[in-house]
Amino acid sequence: MTKDPFNVVVTGVGGQGNVIASLLIGAMLVDQGYKVTIGETYGASQRGGSVMSHVRISRTQQFGPLMPPGVADLVIALEPSEAARVLGTLGNPTTVSVVNTRPVHPVDVICGDLPYPDLAELFAKIDSLSRESYFISATDSALELGNPILANIVLLGAVAGANLLPISREGLEKAVSEYMSPDKVAINTEAFVRGIDLVRGRARD
Amino acid sequence: MSLISKDSPGKELLLMGNEAIARGALEAGISVAAAYPGNPSSEIIGSLAEVAQEMGIYVEWSINEKVALEVAAAAAASGLNALVAMKQNGLNVASDFLFNLNLTGIRGGLVLVVCDDPSGISSTNEQDSRIAAIPADLPLLEPSTFHEAKDMVKYAFELSRSIQNVCLVRSVTRISHARGNVTLGPLPDRRPVPYFDTAKSLSALPASVTHPTAHRKFRQARELLKDSPFNRYEGPEKPELMVVTCGSGVLFSREAVQELGLDARVGLLKVGTTWPLPETFVVHHLANAKKVLFVEEVDPFLETNVLEIYARHNGNLPAIEFFGKKSGFAPDVGELSPGLVLGLLSQLTKTPLPTRDDRYSADAQDALHRFAPVRSLAFCAGCPHRASYWALKKALALDGRNGVVFGDIGCYALGVFATGFHQAKTLHAMGSGAGMAAGFGLLGKLGATQPAIALCGDSTFYHAAIPALINGLHHRSDFLLIILDNSATAMTGFQPHPGSRVDAMGLEARPVVLEDLCAALGAPPVIRDPFDLEDTTAAIYDLLQKQGTNVLILRQECALVRAKRNQARRKVEIDQTRCIGEECGCNRLCTRVLKCPGLNWDAGAGKARIDEAICTGCGICAQICPSRAIDVQEA
Repeated sequence: MTKDPFNVVVTGVGGQGNVIASLLIGAMLVDQGYKVTIGETYGASQRGGSVMSHVRISRTQQFGPLMPPGVADLVIALEPSEAARVLGTLGNPTTVSVVNTRPVHPVDVICGDLPYPDLAELFAKIDSLSRESYFISATDSALELGNPILANIVLLGAVAGANLLPISREGLEKAVSEYMSPDKVAINTEAFVRGIDLVRGRARD
Repeated sequence: MSLISKDSPGKELLLMGNEAIARGALEAGISVAAAYPGNPSSEIIGSLAEVAQEMGIYVEWSINEKVALEVAAAAAASGLNALVAMKQNGLNVASDFLFNLNLTGIRGGLVLVVCDDPSGISSTNEQDSRIAAIPADLPLLEPSTFHEAKDMVKYAFELSRSIQNVCLVRSVTRISHARGNVTLGPLPDRRPVPYFDTAKSLSALPASVTHPTAHRKFRQARELLKDSPFNRYEGPEKPELMVVTCGSGVLFSREAVQELGLDARVGLLKVGTTWPLPETFVVHHLANAKKVLFVEEVDPFLETNVLEIYARHNGNLPAIEFFGKKSGFAPDVGELSPGLVLGLLSQLTKTPLPTRDDRYSADAQDALHRFAPVRSLAFCAGCPHRASYWALKKALALDGRNGVVFGDIGCYALGVFATGFHQAKTLHAMGSGAGMAAGFGLLGKLGATQPAIALCGDSTFYHAAIPALINGLHHRSDFLLIILDNSATAMTGFQPHPGSRVDAMGLEARPVVLEDLCAALGAPPVIRDPFDLEDTTAAIYDLLQKQGTNVLILRQECALVRAKRNQARRKVEIDQTRCIGEECGCNRLCTRVLKCPGLNWDAGAGKARIDEAICTGCGICAQICPSRAIDVQEA
């Protein structure tokens, strides 16, 4: 992390584990002595709406829970069109994006009012708005592990594997144990390691 | 061990604002905590409930906010420290008691935390609760960081014990539902044994005695708060602009000053003791000001009261230009954001805002327009409310008298929108749907012909619909109360309610059974499973034909509660050979109308398909498909 504050956005659709992902990032970094503030934006629905966590990381001060426009350094998207939405307002030419490839269709698409963007074009748009972008089939990995909710941890693994944040398997184990529960360490670690492997291109070896 | 009960003084943790508030209460040695759940306040009592047994304290989810305050007040009347938490709407429910409790005071410590929801992100309104502190003659503190939230709650107990009256703490969504660093302090190891001193009464009567007492206590609070470290000034001695701010406005304002490079020109007057304002401190700093900008959520509380102080001291103060909501400069509705505060500061100091380069901005706009489809509010996949509204819509159509559905507070409030098929026609406060339906049901005597239907959840029923039901029964109102019993207070995080078998602390509780209660009142309910659409539709239709006050319980567990149990779910599949898609006369009933997120429209094939990562197996789509193309396999 070269900037202070370093601004991370974790985005997705309600129910995808966005809050847990940002909590774990924050927990790992607070443990390393950083000041971390996390704010969440969400609609009134439990599921189906866009949700976004702003994770603001600093060596020196507690920043506000929301970031100003155009200052995201890293976007972690559990849903690809949500990556486009976040980059649209918070992105800048130096933003790095880590994106789950699996779409979740809004009810507006399901009922036929709106089209979902063509995936290839969507990925190209995300790439054009990012300095670097990583596309990870996180939900597919999570389904292989038995629960689609683990896509969030697979993506965190990808972030670690690409060295985009100072987070590690050991840090994750400690954070899950302390902030969630010790019996969840094994499955989350497995998902995290999958993410590291996926981003380093060794997943299907 | 839970996070908030860690006995590790000096350790720094990442805590949600609500957890920090709970930790502050633990550090202050609370014995009792009570609340009715309401976002953004729910995690305060939720996190205390998790550690209640380990910490040896009593924590409950009360039936409503007034009772929660009464439970806490009983503890505080007996020498204990007690915490009560609620959202802004909850304070209205509790106010009848609060505006008498303030007159008698208490004998231990009682802190009432109100979490406001600027912009109404998870509320029907964005009411500013701070105003209540003035007529109640009670002190009110406002934290601006997570760590300060912890320290302030701890101090609020000290203050409450000193003045023997309630101390209010006002949080907002961006503090309560955000997370940040909190350094733990020590936990006390002893708590007093409760004892109510019967030698003296706690009676609000006579007001001629108790009102002056409340004023004396308030003056005492003013004295104790006048040099509070929760009020600080940072910036140049003679600033070109002074920002007077509190709560979430502090971090947004500080960042905006730094971002615009205004450190040498703009000062920040951070107020933590919002009521009573520290008058000497405010006057001292106004003496150095030329322009003042107020940054606060939601109403102009600081603005009004600082201006009042300025008016009384203006003989000794320079001419100052004030900018805020009252002056028309800042928006007078909605929450603060960094962008908003940056804009206000940029305008007042004539400093340009940082911008993205043009090419990137154009590309970003294109992403928003073409690649980020709107996500409208929707019921979850497998939500029983979707099924209930479907059946209700059908029954009302069959009935044909243009029945009126009075809505209420809970997830099912989304019934005013598309996934509830726009069925709910009113939405106000807890229990108000039943009250209004009971009222409308009496208008038949004056010639009304439309049937009246009230909807409310199980938790909402206990909270505030029971008096309305009794009122309707007593006055022979013709209305149908439908209780959507999904087994939990779902919208706020599945807290138990009086119908539950366990309490907040996980201990066995005596359930007050919905159907028994209704039967005892003289309205034995009909009970149906909303996932059986046909049966539910018929039950609603039949009840609409009956006179008097009738109750229907639609009982099916919340899909998220079911998912938490992680048990095998029914597998739903669409046989695409049987789905005739666009050709079907159904006009895509399953996707276009039902709008379940577990269904997708396969545009290529022109047919529906199931999203296996989202579908919960409720099977209602199978019941409505005219081609019988959807198969449900038992788990």
